[in-house]
Amino acid sequence: MINTKENRPISLEALRNGDRAEFARLVEQYDTFVYRLALRIVGNPQDAEDVLQETFIKALKHLPDFDGRSSLSTWLYRIATNEALMVLRKDKGAIVSLDDPDDNSDDEQEPLEVVDWCCLPEETLMSAEAKEYLDKAISELPATLRVVVVLRDIQGLSTRETSEVLNISEMAVKTRLSRARLQLRQSLSSYFSHQFGLEN
Amino acid sequence: MTQPKPSCHELISSLSDFVNGELEAELCAKIESHIAECPNCRIVVDTLRKTITLYQQTSAQTEMPNEVRSRLFKRLELEDLLK
Repeated sequence: MINTKENRPISLEALRNGDRAEFARLVEQYDTFVYRLALRIVGNPQDAEDVLQETFIKALKHLPDFDGRSSLSTWLYRIATNEALMVLRKDKGAIVSLDDPDDNSDDEQEPLEVVDWCCLPEETLMSAEAKEYLDKAISELPATLRVVVVLRDIQGLSTRETSEVLNISEMAVKTRLSRARLQLRQSLSSYFSHQFGLEN
Repeated sequence: MTQPKPSCHELISSLSDFVNGELEAELCAKIESHIAECPNCRIVVDTLRKTITLYQQTSAQTEMPNEVRSRLFKRLELEDLLK
């Protein structure tokens, strides 16, 4: 569940009654989370800001349709994720779908980079260059995997919440998360082994 | 590059759930027993955990600029309620 800055629950009734102060409170509680989510998916601050604004404009517009079956945060994340994927489609002209026919593929069976880089000093692991490399590795994940790793590992949603946001099964969330994590581990292993001459 | 043994491959798809502590007890015990004897798989598990920690730590440092929040409240016509 998302941690909010204030514990008092947002009143859905007040939101539906057009209470501006309550909507401002909703925005204040969730805007950073939505911005981080958008930034990780679209990869640049300008598009992330567009996604942020469109998310809350759509939330305001569609509040009367919100049936309360999911939590407000899950609903907001669903809107934000869809907006971010729309930006990817627009910018890259790519077909970006959350449906992935390769969910059961066996690509985890490729040779693994087995280099023990955990022993490197923390300042090396957290260096600006390593962070930039990791950011690039995340941005280069296929959108279907990137969205899952962002929601589940970075934003801290549960497997169930992630499945609700993306409207896919919990098993699909777990499979995609596993593939994403292993790809990122592989990327970092290659990076650290080449940078520091670590032996297999 | 090292090609892990076939028995290692059988466990790879479960490692993500393993580091989450979401595996059923029997498979969890099987993996723990395996990595106790298999240095390569121990390295894969350790570096997988570290990878997750690193991108969680670096992402937590991302803050939303104040001017982005100001423009958001303005777009929503809520400037008067911005704290």
